[in-house]
Amino acid sequence: MRIEITDDVIPAAEIAEEIKAGADGAVCVFDGIVRDNTRGRKTLYLDYEAYREMALEKMRALAEESLEKFGVRDVALVHRLGRLYVGETSVLIVVASAHRGAAFDACRWLIDTLKKTVPIWKKEQFVDGAIWADGEPFPSDIGLPKSSEAKAQSADGEPSPDAIGLVGGRGEDSGRPADDAHISESRYGAPGFARDEKLEAGE
Amino acid sequence: MRVRVLYFGVLRERLGGDQDFLELTDGATVTGVLNVYRERVPEFAWDSIAVAVNQEYARAEVVLRDGDEVALLPPVSGGVEG
Repeated sequence: MRIEITDDVIPAAEIAEEIKAGADGAVCVFDGIVRDNTRGRKTLYLDYEAYREMALEKMRALAEESLEKFGVRDVALVHRLGRLYVGETSVLIVVASAHRGAAFDACRWLIDTLKKTVPIWKKEQFVDGAIWADGEPFPSDIGLPKSSEAKAQSADGEPSPDAIGLVGGRGEDSGRPADDAHISESRYGAPGFARDEKLEAGE
Repeated sequence: MRVRVLYFGVLRERLGGDQDFLELTDGATVTGVLNVYRERVPEFAWDSIAVAVNQEYARAEVVLRDGDEVALLPPVSGGVEG
């Protein structure tokens, strides 16, 4: 298995070539590339970031699971971070298998599951603003209960303000000036930016 | 006890940094950490996030220990759009 998170260009053709072995009858490649627009709004570039150690571990676990679940022989799963421009590969999935059915199914399952569970985020920079892509809601076994349920819990005796306060230093970004005006358009804070105008998620 | 809290994506921008250290009472839970940040950014869609403790997804009732790494994760959006 080749599982990587990289800041460099993903050598897609090389990865698809090197995975092949004699027992394979099929290699299925999903090459996820940056599109030039989202719902007609012109995209300049995407900035990807990750909770790197956890993302890599989750990608490894997904790859392992796909071998078992679909009976494929080998998988490569590579995600790039940083600034990516139109046409560049952000994620590459390659599945090698004796038969095509399993290769297609595993490839599809890997991209769909990665998008819901691997802690990677992207911000889209358009010609006229920027927005963090919404992402899909977390699966129920990952997400937290809604606040209404959480409140019910505390009524039942969940110890309440157990945090005393902030101490120690901030991260290295501390003290930097506020981001430029584009960023204020993020849907979480922008006045007048309707919640239902969210980016489409899913393949 | 003290835990390290990391946050990413839109939350990193809203909180103006990428990590904090929180001093908590013994027995504090993930919910306790969330309450601190709910107060700091009340208008954020907190219901949408997931939390990881030591790089594993964790439930709100999970009890924290000294030195834990708690990550606040907005809905993920890796890969490419449809």
